[in-house]
Amino acid sequence: MMLPPATIVSELFDPRNSAVVLTSLETAIRVLTFRSGYNTNLVIAGTALLGFAAGIIGVFAMLRKRSLVADALSHATLPGICMAFLLASFIGQAGRSLPVLLIGAGFTGVLGVLCIQMILRHGRLREDVAITVVLGAFFGAGVVGLSFIQANSAAESAGITRFIYGQAASMQPSDVVIMAWICGIALLACTLLFKEFTIVCFNDSYARTLGWPVERLDLGIMALIVLVTLVGLQTAGLILVVALLILPAASARFWTDRIRSMVLLSGFFGAMGCWLGSTLSAVFPRYPTGAVIVLTSGMLFALSMLFAPRRGLIHLLRHRRRLQLHDLEAVAMHAHGAPGFHGLPHRGSGRADS
Amino acid sequence: MKASFRRNEQRSAGLAEHPEHSALSPLSIHSMTVAYHRKPVLWNVDYDAPGGRLIGVVGPNGAGKSTLIKACLGLIPRASGEVEFWGQSHGKVRSRVGYMPQRETIDWDFPVSALDVVCMGRYRKIGWCMPVTRKHKAIAMEFLDRVGMADQANRQIGQLSGGQQQRVFLARALAQEAELYFMDEPFAGVDAATEEAIVEVLRELRDASRTIIVVHHDLSTVSTYFDDAILLNMRIVAAGAVNEVMTKENLHKTYGGRLTLLSEAAANLAQIDTGAQQS
Repeated sequence: MMLPPATIVSELFDPRNSAVVLTSLETAIRVLTFRSGYNTNLVIAGTALLGFAAGIIGVFAMLRKRSLVADALSHATLPGICMAFLLASFIGQAGRSLPVLLIGAGFTGVLGVLCIQMILRHGRLREDVAITVVLGAFFGAGVVGLSFIQANSAAESAGITRFIYGQAASMQPSDVVIMAWICGIALLACTLLFKEFTIVCFNDSYARTLGWPVERLDLGIMALIVLVTLVGLQTAGLILVVALLILPAASARFWTDRIRSMVLLSGFFGAMGCWLGSTLSAVFPRYPTGAVIVLTSGMLFALSMLFAPRRGLIHLLRHRRRLQLHDLEAVAMHAHGAPGFHGLPHRGSGRADS
Repeated sequence: MKASFRRNEQRSAGLAEHPEHSALSPLSIHSMTVAYHRKPVLWNVDYDAPGGRLIGVVGPNGAGKSTLIKACLGLIPRASGEVEFWGQSHGKVRSRVGYMPQRETIDWDFPVSALDVVCMGRYRKIGWCMPVTRKHKAIAMEFLDRVGMADQANRQIGQLSGGQQQRVFLARALAQEAELYFMDEPFAGVDAATEEAIVEVLRELRDASRTIIVVHHDLSTVSTYFDDAILLNMRIVAAGAVNEVMTKENLHKTYGGRLTLLSEAAANLAQIDTGAQQS
C-alpha cells in the first residue's frame, strides 16, 4: 500500500492513529539509540561517517567557491555510470558491480570538471555559464544512456537508478569500511593541509607569490570533493550528493567567524544531518534515504539561519534599529575614503557588542 | 599548453647577457611585454629598481600599474621579457619578496580574524603541514601592533573599517619580513589618518633599507610620499627620482588627453611641491 506524503503526515497527526505515532516514535528512539538491528546500525554509522567527511570537505569546497562545480561533477557521473554498465554487460561482467560503476562515474565526473576548466580558459565565458553547459550536457547524455539501458535490459537497470536518488538501505559492511576510510582520509588531509587549504581558498594569488603550489593544492581539494561525491553517490544519489557537501558548511558559517571552528562544526552538522536523516528514513522506509538526509540537513540549515547568534535572521531583525544608526555612523566615518570604500563593517558587529 | 609555454619562458637565458641591468638591483625588468587576449597591456618595459627606495608607480586607469606588479611576481604570464630579483629568478628568492594585493581581490566575508590574516604572511616560514605555533602568533601580533591594530586582532576581517582592513594586510606583508615589497593601492579606501600611518610604516621600512614599490593613483601626494616614481602608460614614460620625473611634460605624456582639469591642477600642485623641496 503506497500513500502520498501528505496522507502520511495527516495520518500521523490524526488522533485516531495515535497507535501509529507511538510505534513510529518507538522505532525512532530504538534506531537513534542503535538498538534496531545490525543492518540499520550499519546504515546509520556509514552515513554519519560520510556526513562528517562531506561536512569537513564541504567547508573548503564552499570557501573556494566550488559549490556549483561540485554539483556539475556529481551530475556528470551519470553518463559514466551508464557507460560502465553497458561496457561491463557487453564484456559479460555483472553490470551492477559497484567498483566498475564508480570507476565510470569518476571518469566522466572528472571529465566534466576538466570541460568546465577548458571552456573557461578558451571560451571567454563566465563560470556559471560554463558550469551550466557542462552539467546540462553531461546529465542529458546520462539520461539518454539510462533510457537506453532501461529499454534494453530492464531487469538489471534497477542497479543504476539507485545512483540517481540514492539508496542507503543497500549499504554493505564493506561500504561502511570504505566510508570510515574516506572519513579518515578527509580528516587527515584537512588537518595536515589546513593552513595551505585556507590560504588557497582565501587569497590564491597571494599564496602563489609565497610559493605555495596553488594548482596542486586546488587539485587536492578537488580530489577530496570527487572522493566524497563518488562515495556519497550510493547513499544520497547524484542529484542530491552536493547537498551533503554544502549544506553543513553553509549552516556552520552562521555560527562562527573562524574557519577552524567552522570546519569542526560543519563536520558535526554533516554527521548529525545524516544520523537523524537515516533514522527518519528507517522509520519511513518508503522514502529514499538520500532525500530524507538532505531534508534533515536542510532543517539544520534553516534553524542555523534563523537562530544563530550575530549572523542569524532573528538576531539581525531584532537589532535592526540599532544597526541603522550604526550604518549611518559608519558611512559618516568613512565618507572620507569614499572612492575605494568597500562596504559597511559586518552587520551586527560593533554596536551590538559594546 | 599554456603552462608549458610559460615554463619555456622562464627557462630562457637570464639577464646576465644584458649588461645594462645590475645584479645588485632588487628588481630588474628587461623588455617585458604583457598581453591580455593578444592585446598588449604593457609594452617593452625596461626598469631597474634602486635599492632602499620608496617607489611610486603612477599612471592613468588601465595603464597597467597592477599588471606590472603581477607580471613581475609571475601572477600573470609574460608574453616576452625577463624579470630578475637581485640577479636571480623569482622562484629562488620568494621569501625575500613581499606582496600586498589590491583590496578588491579580498573576500571580506571569509571566516578569518585579523590575526589569522597576518599569520598567513608567516606560512612559508612555518612550512608544510605544520600548525601555526604560539611563537609565530606572537610575532604576527607584533606586526599588528606596529600598524596600530593589536586591539582588533581577534575580529573577523569584515567587521573592520576600510582603513583597518588595509592596515591588517600591510601587517601581513610586513610579517613576511621581506626585502622588496610590492603594494597594490595600499591607500585605497582609507581615511587620511590611516594614510599617514601607512606612509609612516613604509618610510620606516625604507629607512631599514628595504625597497617598496607602490601602485598609487593620487598625483597630488606622489612627490611627498615617494623617493622615486615610475610614470606608466602601457610603457614606462619616465622613471627616476620624483623631482626629476614629475614634470608637466612627462605627466602630459603619461595621461595624454585623459589628464582632466582637476588632475592637471593636482599635477601642478605636485610640481610646486617638488620645487619647494628642491630649494
